[in-house]
Amino acid sequence: MSVITPPGQAPDQQVVADAPPSDSYLKRLGNLQSVWILGVLLLIILAFSLAAGDKFLSTSNFSLISQNIAVWAVLGVGMTFVIITSGIDLSIGSVLVFSSVVAAKVMAASGGDSWGVAGLGILAAIASGVAWGVLNGFLVAKAKIPALIVTLGSLSIALGLAQVLTGGIDIRSVPEALTDFNTYVRILGVPALPFVALVVVVIGGIVLHKTKFGRYTYAIGSNELGARRVGINVDRHLIMVYALSGAMAGLGAVLALAQFGTTTIAGQSLTNLNVIAAVVIGGTSIFGGQGSIFGTVVGLFIPAVLQAGFVIIGVEAFWQGVAVGTVLVAAVYVDQSRRAAALRGASAPNPLLAMFRTRK
Amino acid sequence: MAVRPLLEVRGVDKSFGAVQVLRDVAMNVFPGEVTALVGDNGAGKSTLVKCISGIYPIDAGQVVFDGRPVTVSSPKDAAALGIEVVYQDLALCDNLDIVSNMFLGREKRSGIALDEATMEQMAHRTLASLSVRSVSLRQPAASLSGGERQTIAIAKAVLWNSRVVILDEPTAALGVAQTAQVLELVRRLADNGLGVVLISHNMNDVFAVSDRITALYLGRTAAQVRTSEVTHSQVVELITVGYTGSIGLLPDPGSYEGMGGRS
Repeated sequence: MSVITPPGQAPDQQVVADAPPSDSYLKRLGNLQSVWILGVLLLIILAFSLAAGDKFLSTSNFSLISQNIAVWAVLGVGMTFVIITSGIDLSIGSVLVFSSVVAAKVMAASGGDSWGVAGLGILAAIASGVAWGVLNGFLVAKAKIPALIVTLGSLSIALGLAQVLTGGIDIRSVPEALTDFNTYVRILGVPALPFVALVVVVIGGIVLHKTKFGRYTYAIGSNELGARRVGINVDRHLIMVYALSGAMAGLGAVLALAQFGTTTIAGQSLTNLNVIAAVVIGGTSIFGGQGSIFGTVVGLFIPAVLQAGFVIIGVEAFWQGVAVGTVLVAAVYVDQSRRAAALRGASAPNPLLAMFRTRK
Repeated sequence: MAVRPLLEVRGVDKSFGAVQVLRDVAMNVFPGEVTALVGDNGAGKSTLVKCISGIYPIDAGQVVFDGRPVTVSSPKDAAALGIEVVYQDLALCDNLDIVSNMFLGREKRSGIALDEATMEQMAHRTLASLSVRSVSLRQPAASLSGGERQTIAIAKAVLWNSRVVILDEPTAALGVAQTAQVLELVRRLADNGLGVVLISHNMNDVFAVSDRITALYLGRTAAQVRTSEVTHSQVVELITVGYTGSIGLLPDPGSYEGMGGRS
């Protein structure tokens, strides 16, 4: 037992301390939106499996799905942190483009196809992503400009600068080390890009749920003034959170370069919205203070699975947008109902039941 | 009265731009006693608390803690000295559970990870020592009642072995039974030897638990009196006009501005 007895505490109080917490872990788990949204995902998978059988439920299909969401998953980690602080980062797609352009330029200038060159590019991409993130964070935290405006501005600026740097023409000179990594490498049977994304997701989850940094992220989104009052350096933390989002965009740029073998200047205009939708579907509240990385991953799988499933059963992929939009609105509606219930003093109810209850 | 004050505020001035909010303010807080800080809206109570807790820097004067002058330039400094402030509605983060709230800003860690088990046990022990049993440690603060919220916020002060606890209108939003509970807790803090400052507009609360009263009037200390030596209506006079009988800021022809009524 790792009990630290604080000074002035009588040892006989340890008896009391050993009493188990009254809320079971399972019950708390059941209250998480990410858990029931996982149920929605499983339902979707089940429906497609019944409709398309092995064609849908194949390893290659899911390997393709996971490859399609790898970049977004990395971006989603940063976005989850940002949205939990009750902020938003619209700039990630543009920062990804900018970072990939910078990385491609650096790698082209060094010349060669080795990992050494790729390593330089990776550093350049992440550094430029962090730079954009720090700028965003500084403007949000210190200049007190709303995050929506700041990142809308940097969305425009980063993309514009990327186009200025390239004349609007994609750079195709990506070292083979990087593209081969995507094409040929499998780690523990998982294709390389999803594996990298998985590692990022796991680290992100640990940082968010198990460390002081994560705890402060929740605290700021929950009650910024309260967080200041207990002595948390809110401004610095916000800058770090936006820097993290920028760093993830930089890393996403590397993955996108490896995936496509070219910069994707015109291809990221909806990335930010797709990632935000996934984060919100996964139960992270746009009002801040609530959310999880696990939910974000589930939220990413839903549109990807829908898309793949529609293609396989022969429904036009356009329906994906309709379906994802519906899930998004429904998810936020349930989230709000739960919050309203919590404010009324009830403990968070089962959200599926709440959906019916709040209709009155 | 040989006891030395635990916290002494001497001649504190504070201005925001051209507006002088505090003028030569003095207050003494003694260990084992509840000092009520009273004053009308805008008298400077909250500003004084924020100066003591390091949110605002003071322009002039001194804060003396346990006999030595201290400079408190951030809430962390105040916490390090053992001054805990319980704010009326900003005390807790709704989305965090009770344990997280009690340890917010001072988390226990093992390695880089949070040490949840230790924190949970310490929180449990503290709440048990205050006979708080109606709450579950992992329930989010949003689901707590007003009285429970104040209780948790106050328990934080106990957890951190604070020596001075400043409570900003802890009963303002509470019902009768909850008010009584919180006041009992306030009294118990003082009985355990802490210096307690209770900011309140409610004279019943003030007379129910306080040992001393410090009245602020238009940014100045009108009086520091023992609660047993004044009456209800005398305190109301101190709050509204700054003096009562021979106590307080006796009127002189210049001091009538701003007396048009409650703001």
